[in-house]
Amino acid sequence: MTGRDRGGREDVRAQAGGADPLAGAAPAAAQEERNRPPAGGRGANPLARLWRAAAVPILSIVAAMLAGAVLMLISPLVSGSGFQPTLPVTAYGALIEGAVGKPELWAAGNINALSNTLVQAAPLMFGGLAVGLAFKAGLFNIGVAGQFLVGAFAAAVAGAEFATLDTNVAVPLSLVIGGLAGGAYGFIPGFLKARTGAHEVVTTIMLNSIASLLLAWAVADIFRAPEFTFARTADIGNARLPVLLGRNIHLGVALAFVAIFVVKFVLDRTTLGFEIRTVGQNPNAARYAGIRPVVILTLTMTLCGLLGGLAGAIQMLGVQTFYAAGISANVGFDSITVALLGRSSPLGIMAAALLFGAMRAGQGLMQINTGGLVPIEVIDVIQALIILFLAADVIIRRVFRLRAARGAVEGEVRTVTQSWGEQVAR
Amino acid sequence: MDVTAIPRLLVELVAYLLDVIPPFLPTILVLTAPIALGALCGVLCERSGVVNIGIEGIMLMSAFFGYLTGFLLHESVGALPALVLGVFVAVLVGVLMGAIHAWLSISVRADQIIAGVFLNIFALGLTAYLNRLIVTPSGRGGAGQLPKFNLPEPIADIPVLGQVLGMFLNQGPIAMSVIVLVVGLQILLFRSRWGLRTRAVGEHPKAADTVGIDVIRLRYRNVIVGCAIAGLAGAFIVLESTGSFQNGMTGGRGFIGLAAMIFGRWTPIGSFLGALLFGLVLGIEIMVGVARPPGELGAVMGAIPRQWYVALPYIITIVVLAGVVGRSIPPAADGVAYEKEARA
Repeated sequence: MTGRDRGGREDVRAQAGGADPLAGAAPAAAQEERNRPPAGGRGANPLARLWRAAAVPILSIVAAMLAGAVLMLISPLVSGSGFQPTLPVTAYGALIEGAVGKPELWAAGNINALSNTLVQAAPLMFGGLAVGLAFKAGLFNIGVAGQFLVGAFAAAVAGAEFATLDTNVAVPLSLVIGGLAGGAYGFIPGFLKARTGAHEVVTTIMLNSIASLLLAWAVADIFRAPEFTFARTADIGNARLPVLLGRNIHLGVALAFVAIFVVKFVLDRTTLGFEIRTVGQNPNAARYAGIRPVVILTLTMTLCGLLGGLAGAIQMLGVQTFYAAGISANVGFDSITVALLGRSSPLGIMAAALLFGAMRAGQGLMQINTGGLVPIEVIDVIQALIILFLAADVIIRRVFRLRAARGAVEGEVRTVTQSWGEQVAR
Repeated sequence: MDVTAIPRLLVELVAYLLDVIPPFLPTILVLTAPIALGALCGVLCERSGVVNIGIEGIMLMSAFFGYLTGFLLHESVGALPALVLGVFVAVLVGVLMGAIHAWLSISVRADQIIAGVFLNIFALGLTAYLNRLIVTPSGRGGAGQLPKFNLPEPIADIPVLGQVLGMFLNQGPIAMSVIVLVVGLQILLFRSRWGLRTRAVGEHPKAADTVGIDVIRLRYRNVIVGCAIAGLAGAFIVLESTGSFQNGMTGGRGFIGLAAMIFGRWTPIGSFLGALLFGLVLGIEIMVGVARPPGELGAVMGAIPRQWYVALPYIITIVVLAGVVGRSIPPAADGVAYEKEARA
């Protein structure tokens, strides 16, 4: 932060503290108590509290899906397939069936749809944490796509290297290498932000493109496995994540749930978590309290990169098994939505990741059952609309006549834009 | 390769570039144009205090609808009118997206970076959706390209002047308008009443409000005009430069525009020079492909993989941000929503 004064900053920072559901003994806590409306505060009925926290996210999803239905009704008219009033019902029905299955299938012991949802949700939990943890420190990590690719690539190369070792050695080694590679990639924007003030939003987006290009070259050139007709890495053999349950629920799914609780513990119960939240809420106050924002920002972004890298590593070692150019990094944008929807809290991220995992697991059946009239890209549109309704929660509040619910986004992220183009004070 | 060769190679590289750039100037301007237009959008928004990282999405959305218009009306109204209508639609889409961003940033006072992320994801999703639903099944080809102007022979043959004029005039209408917009905005921003007010609103909205400037209205107007320019960039990419549409084809040029803007210290001319640097870097790959330098330099440059050349502008963006930001100061109220009754 430069010394220049900006109107209303302290006020906004204080509000930022007030809207963070997990703010413990942060410096803004006293302020928080004062800002809190007297009725329905903490300690009221737990269900009411849950609703107050989740009302805007849930209603944003509802509103976005309704808007998606309108899009499904309009677009066949444009493409010349005529008016199809039942199309949204067919589409959403198929989406749900693809994500959770059907009672007949469950009775026959077939829970493939549900396990697909879990497998899709696992990298989104890691990715959502990678974005959410950054939000806690007042950083916006748009770089999950790049961290995911770097982590996936490193895990694929390491997996191929250790393919013949014992599984108990090959798997942890490959996972750690994938995570560390992602961490190193997250260090770059964190360090640049802390040292030079280069805004992490633009640097991480650039790093996403750089990762995709340079890894495409690496896999076509130095890491190409010669025995295949197209550019890919070699087989990962024993480094493949073991399947724990059902058809495809691999170790990475369990690790994702573990990560949720590890991050929750770190944020709530450790000095580091306290320092991260303090820097996010007010870097100036943090500095007066003896915390060095430069160190915390760099470290947080590195940890976010580590989580993003692990997202890639479990996807690589559990699902894809080899790296090829043009590999999808959809997880990048999904993770941002997941973190916003989960309001950056680890448990919220878990719920949001499960929801998005369900959408990604069901989208294929949706496109098939609608005869291609509702292409899978509609999920991206719905996702964008969810972000819109979260950012502009006045729409949601007005339409659904909410009063008590807290703002969805403001808490964690108010600080993000404010640091645009500024230098972090040492 | 031996290390002592590097200084010599660098000298050769400079000599090569000086030799090869002049005939490539029109191509470089084509590569510069969308980045420069995106940067101008950034200048207009940020000078009045609104951060806009949705430029990329606005460009993509405009590109798609501009292309759709040109492509659907190609047969019924003829090629050129369809293209002109396409440009018009693209700019209109830019205006609409700008209105959304302005509403979110100024009235709702949502986080402006999240509003920008919304624009980017929305554009990426909606264009891919409609592309799959409408454009791909029709199986029809492109929308065509706006015609280019050609400098008459005698003028083009004048040694230096001909090449410089050729850079700006051997172009289609949108690329030609870039330099006009840059110079025009530079003059307006620093020499007109509107410019003074815009800068005041971006630096100290409270003070501007006190002397009777309608902060909210001026911000709305500038964001919308800026996004119309980003829409023009989208039109340029599909209707003047390539003539076709692919998903995500803006390829980060909106973000590079932001870097060019910061590089140019939030001034139109500076932004254009920043964009020109990126255009030059983007052009190197083409230049090496068409006219590979002789000898060792040629061997080295030819051995560099294609992806490295493509990644170069992104790497330079990061270097620019890391190296310049500390010393270039954004408008003071950039990214801060204005509340009339807020405590100062």
